[in-house]
Amino acid sequence: MRLLTHNMLSSNIKGVANGFPLKIEVVTVVEKEVEFNIEFLKKMFSKVEWKALAEASRTMGYTELPENADASMLDSDDFLHKFHHALLELHLEEGALVCPETGRKFPVNKGVPNMLLHEDEV
Amino acid sequence: MSRPELLAPPEIFYNDDEARKYTSSSRIIDIQTQLSERALELLALPDDGVPRLLLDIGCGSGLSGETLTEHGHQWLGLDISESMLDIALEREVEGDLMLADMGQGLGLRPGILDGAISISAVQWLCNADKSCHEPRIRLKAFFSSLYRCLGRGARAVLQVYPENIAQRELILGFAMRAGFSGGIVVDYPHSSKRRKEYLVLTCGPPSLSTTTPEGKGEDGESCSDEDSSEDEENQTVCISDRCRPRKKQKVNKRGKGRDWVLKKKEQMRRKGNAVPPDSKYTARKRKDRF
Repeated sequence: MRLLTHNMLSSNIKGVANGFPLKIEVVTVVEKEVEFNIEFLKKMFSKVEWKALAEASRTMGYTELPENADASMLDSDDFLHKFHHALLELHLEEGALVCPETGRKFPVNKGVPNMLLHEDEV
Repeated sequence: MSRPELLAPPEIFYNDDEARKYTSSSRIIDIQTQLSERALELLALPDDGVPRLLLDIGCGSGLSGETLTEHGHQWLGLDISESMLDIALEREVEGDLMLADMGQGLGLRPGILDGAISISAVQWLCNADKSCHEPRIRLKAFFSSLYRCLGRGARAVLQVYPENIAQRELILGFAMRAGFSGGIVVDYPHSSKRRKEYLVLTCGPPSLSTTTPEGKGEDGESCSDEDSSEDEENQTVCISDRCRPRKKQKVNKRGKGRDWVLKKKEQMRRKGNAVPPDSKYTARKRKDRF
């Protein structure tokens, strides 16, 4: 699971008002190279919740992302490459996502998060 | 047409065996690819070469996702069958996968998606597979969460196989109630096999840009095309094929006739068999009292 997906996911449990961002518990992280596409990054920048991304990438062991970012930084090539790496190339292979409100764990196996809810959580 | 949704819940029906069968059948791969190509076409994303973030609902083994990747888009896929996702992992699809149930609502942040497609999945929602399942509630949860996570003006194209008119109305009704505008596009309405239905939904109130596109082959022309009929034959075993008369024989009341007998004799001669010579008595009927 890429951090792009992590940045989109929120906890869906009944009664949870703010299920974003899910905390990450890391067991293994893998890196896969992905083609660099500036247009996509620029488009995604406005949608990505930066704080959550920076936080998540730090949990995954990648500390290069700055704490805060604004649109003017998109001109810097260096920044774009870091953003690209964090967003698309870091994969959480094994671990878990944790709902920030209820502490419910969603296990991640082979890179696939299990977001199925129990009957009483729907 | 087989209806797997009547046999078992999706997470049980698509077990390891079925998932493998599904993905190793070139016929299914072909159909799925065609369906996803068409769905992407109906999605009408602006043609500016910028990759979009799309959602594939019921992505299964990632057949439809591969089409999205080919067009350069990034995608997230969700499916309820673990076996299918395992196959998708084996096939090393580009998109991210997650194990989730669309009937529980999509746990995604609002307004992030540029579009969503779904190939042959939504009709599963109309079945209650567990005691806690209530199709109406599940449909409502699905469509309202889909509406929420799509950006304004974004489209969702859902290819469905509704079982009957009531089911079609039910699905469309919940889509409309969630706030979508749009309708159903039917491709090849005159062909029972090639007929495919797509729910084309747009976020936001109806306007000029949200008019539902035309279906393919509505005039019935393409159904009689040579290659289309060939496709159809590949798709399913035609019942009429099986009980076709074995050979069209030219039989009239008086039997097969002299020409037929002469032809047969000639054939036998060519094979080198011993055949009596032709005469005026050849192929004549015997007298009754013989």
